[in-house]
Amino acid sequence: MLLDLSKLFGRSKTSKDVAKERLKLVLIHDRANVSPQFLEMVKGEIIKVIQNYMEIDESALDLQITRTKSEDGDSIVPALVANIPIKNVKNSGK
Amino acid sequence: MGEVIVITSGKGGVGKTTTTANLGTGLALKGKKVVLVDTDIGLRNLDVVMGLENRIVYDLVDVVEGTCRVKQALIKDKRYDGLYLLPAAQTRDKTAVNPEQMIKLCEELKAEFDFIIVDCPAGIEQGFKNAIAGASKAIVVTTPEVSAVRDADRIIGLLEANELRNPKLLINRVRIDMVKRGDMMTIDDIVDILAIDIIGVVPDDEKIVVSTNKGEPAVNDSKSLAGEAYRNITRRILGEDIPLLSLENDDGFVFKLKKLFGLKTN
Repeated sequence: MLLDLSKLFGRSKTSKDVAKERLKLVLIHDRANVSPQFLEMVKGEIIKVIQNYMEIDESALDLQITRTKSEDGDSIVPALVANIPIKNVKNSGK
Repeated sequence: MGEVIVITSGKGGVGKTTTTANLGTGLALKGKKVVLVDTDIGLRNLDVVMGLENRIVYDLVDVVEGTCRVKQALIKDKRYDGLYLLPAAQTRDKTAVNPEQMIKLCEELKAEFDFIIVDCPAGIEQGFKNAIAGASKAIVVTTPEVSAVRDADRIIGLLEANELRNPKLLINRVRIDMVKRGDMMTIDDIVDILAIDIIGVVPDDEKIVVSTNKGEPAVNDSKSLAGEAYRNITRRILGEDIPLLSLENDDGFVFKLKKLFGLKTN
């Protein structure tokens, strides 16, 4: 209630709001248990799917769980970011 | 058959040992036969918090290595009927004991005691694995800080991975004044993030420092607010349905003021 009122009057976020927000994000990361093996598994599956459509440089594929600004620009959200260098696009897809 | 409860947290310095001492003493004051087991080998402190440091002869490592019998290592607390301490070794390290030995020890203690309260060391390594091995229930202690809550989340995950389901949360060192001005996470914030049942909230209380100085658990101090919180948690462990200390509403503030002036609060 107090919080809603302070928002209404445009007061800045309290430090506990900042704490809660940061914690939520860091826990998403922690809970995802982003071990190298986990990412390797995801990587393997992604390569399998993408290879049906294009030829990629497997050795240069980079996959990370990171944080990025959300679409509306206000908050930070976790994101799976993959950098996949394409060697050649297969023409069969049309 | 007794019940083995492990007091754990992940992060150090959040109040595991204080909680172990107070809940154990609280249960003994309720007429239960209780043994406190310090598994923080190499960094033992439960003995000093309990004020029993001068009476140690044998320790946990002596027991598991067969140097002495369990009964020889148990220190009887003469102030509280039915309360015993099994101290950790100070000159060894966590590898001196393994989880199988802890399971065996807990089984033996269960035959003698109503409650076995295991004080877990900080961290997630061997000491943690030893501490949780023989336990059937867990209390996760945290404080309203990002570092402690984050570590609590990790510990909750590890407990569940080790078949210790439904751990209960104890939030320690809550400062009502800071919560009120929005500079400390509320109980609801923390419960919301960790998504486990809460067993109690302990306010930040200078009396804890004083009681630790003296080696007398605050749970026996009728004027200590933290002591009152620990008494309530003790009763919850025994199955009573006691509402949380009202720390966050106006009642809580008035309650605290009354306490401050030594007025009766109920």
